[in-house]
Amino acid sequence: METLNYRFDQGSRKLANEPKIVGVVSSGNLEVLIESASLNDACEINIKTAAVGFGSIWQAVMQDFQQRWQLADTRISINDMGATPAVVSLRMDQAVETMLGEAK
Amino acid sequence: MNAPTRVWDTLQRNRAERLARAQAALGSELAGKSLPAARIGDLLHAVLECGDRVCIEGNNQKQADFLAQALCQLDPQRINDLHMLQSVLTLPEHLDVFDRGIASKLDFSFSGPQAGRVAKLASAGKLNIGAIHTYLELFSRYFIDLPPRVSLVAAEAADRRGNIYTGPNTEDTPVIVEATSFKNGIVIVQVNKIMDELPRIDIPGDWVDFVVESPTPYYIEPLFTRDPAQISEIQVLMAMMAIKGIYAEYEIKRLNHGIGFDTAAIELLLPTYGESLGLRGKIATNWALNPHPALIPAIEAGFVDSIHSFGSELGMENYIRARPDIFAVGPDGSMRSNRAYCQAAGHYACDMFIGSTLQIDLQGNSSTATLGRIAGFGGAPNMGADARGRRHASPAWLKAGEQARAGTCAIPRGQKLVVQMVETFREHMQPAFVDKLDAWELAEQAKMAIPPVMIYGDDVTHILTEEGIANLLMCRTAEEREQAIRGVAGYTPVGLARDKRMVENLRDRGIITRAEDLGIDKRQATRDLLAAKNMKDLVRASGGLYDPPKRFRNW
Repeated sequence: METLNYRFDQGSRKLANEPKIVGVVSSGNLEVLIESASLNDACEINIKTAAVGFGSIWQAVMQDFQQRWQLADTRISINDMGATPAVVSLRMDQAVETMLGEAK
Repeated sequence: MNAPTRVWDTLQRNRAERLARAQAALGSELAGKSLPAARIGDLLHAVLECGDRVCIEGNNQKQADFLAQALCQLDPQRINDLHMLQSVLTLPEHLDVFDRGIASKLDFSFSGPQAGRVAKLASAGKLNIGAIHTYLELFSRYFIDLPPRVSLVAAEAADRRGNIYTGPNTEDTPVIVEATSFKNGIVIVQVNKIMDELPRIDIPGDWVDFVVESPTPYYIEPLFTRDPAQISEIQVLMAMMAIKGIYAEYEIKRLNHGIGFDTAAIELLLPTYGESLGLRGKIATNWALNPHPALIPAIEAGFVDSIHSFGSELGMENYIRARPDIFAVGPDGSMRSNRAYCQAAGHYACDMFIGSTLQIDLQGNSSTATLGRIAGFGGAPNMGADARGRRHASPAWLKAGEQARAGTCAIPRGQKLVVQMVETFREHMQPAFVDKLDAWELAEQAKMAIPPVMIYGDDVTHILTEEGIANLLMCRTAEEREQAIRGVAGYTPVGLARDKRMVENLRDRGIITRAEDLGIDKRQATRDLLAAKNMKDLVRASGGLYDPPKRFRNW
């Protein structure tokens, strides 16, 4: 088990107040909790992953995610059971698109 | 002075000798052309000669398994040094003949399940590989420099005069029998039953020498059945990109799909996502394809006009019989397939091949070779190659050709679309994109003349991953091509080493397309979009006509 934390400052997009959980904790999958939090326009991502030694890939995946969405005042918690980067990105994009869709 | 008279009929004389030996060995037990199963060893000892080229039906689906067993029980003191020709090595017996010293040389196409053992026997010096071919290439050599002396094939039924009913899984049988029979070789057929009256005649008795009713029906592998329950959301997302970004973009009507869950996902999205885009009748109407169960919902939804097949698929017989406008069926109502014709059709008459692979390098070469396994090629290279001899036009072919030639003074011509579809990471985080294919090391290990490449980079027109589509037709330099590949290679080392600015530039020019560029809503990329979510759904979609093999009956 490995824990990874990322913080991206100066986001511009705030999400709805209602927290959202997507995905499930099962082999090759992950659970993502997205919630609003007062973080001075930052987006914080906390990852617990069963696969050890993929820190640099997680960092690249999270950087690209934040570049796509520019989230502000958002906390994301991830429980990962060895999902591929493809699944991680899809699951996170789906969560954000759902929250944005519901806020419209 | 008279030159010595040359004998011009050695093959015919030799054939007559073999038949006479068989008659002497079997005596009255030979009834017309049929003999009892128990005498098969005597027949083979009588008709075979050391060093013979022997073609055994080893397909990727049906197997002449009874004859394969009989062959490896021969006495290696009497019969040895055989040169085996077969499109596929599937059964352990296909290699036991080498282990036992009955055969010594092999020319083949594909050895999927036996790939590890082929490599071991080759390195132990027990098996000398002539060459590894594609299907059409191997069949072609049967007529030129490798005519079989004796062929051992499988069929559904025969009558006592040797007429053959192959049944739906015709596969390689016609091409093998024709090549053998017309070079005065010997044709032996194992059949599931001997009948007085056949449902139809697929191969005339004149071309067949012996038929034998095997104690059990021939083995057949349901190679093209994919359980929709195993399709992932990433595969759904990639299928959405394929349909919108390639099928609709090029108006692809005539096509072939490779085996796998990636393409099964596309088949299952046609009646849902494809329908929602208004694509019914506009794409994917005419197929060179085995009867994939995953295509049933699309057929039922009216997407498909016609399907010509390499072989049949276990459990699809009654469904096919009930859809004669779609499939090729005989006057008796059952299907007729033909691997050689369908390979030719896939090469010349289709606008697109799309299939999965294991590794892609920076030039776009793709390979399924892995170390310690000599797996061969099968038919993918025939499908996944531009047909340089094609001359007839279609919108898809013309558009691909235009994109490849835009801005150059090359004379106008079309091009086939060859799409490699792959997730950037395979299981256990193995990257699908690599600097150097494992094929290079395998070539060195197995002393091959060239690395075994499944689809060459210069034939690949698109690479599709979960990150997007790279259109290699529109790349103008080797550097652009490399960056286009890196630009869809995700978080693999190859992908992370991309020149980000250049990749963004390629995206602006439409050479790289992301899901969002295609207007794809990723929230839709769930298993709910599959027209069938499991095997039971497929049975239901077929109106109960599809009868899946036991191992797929998981409800």
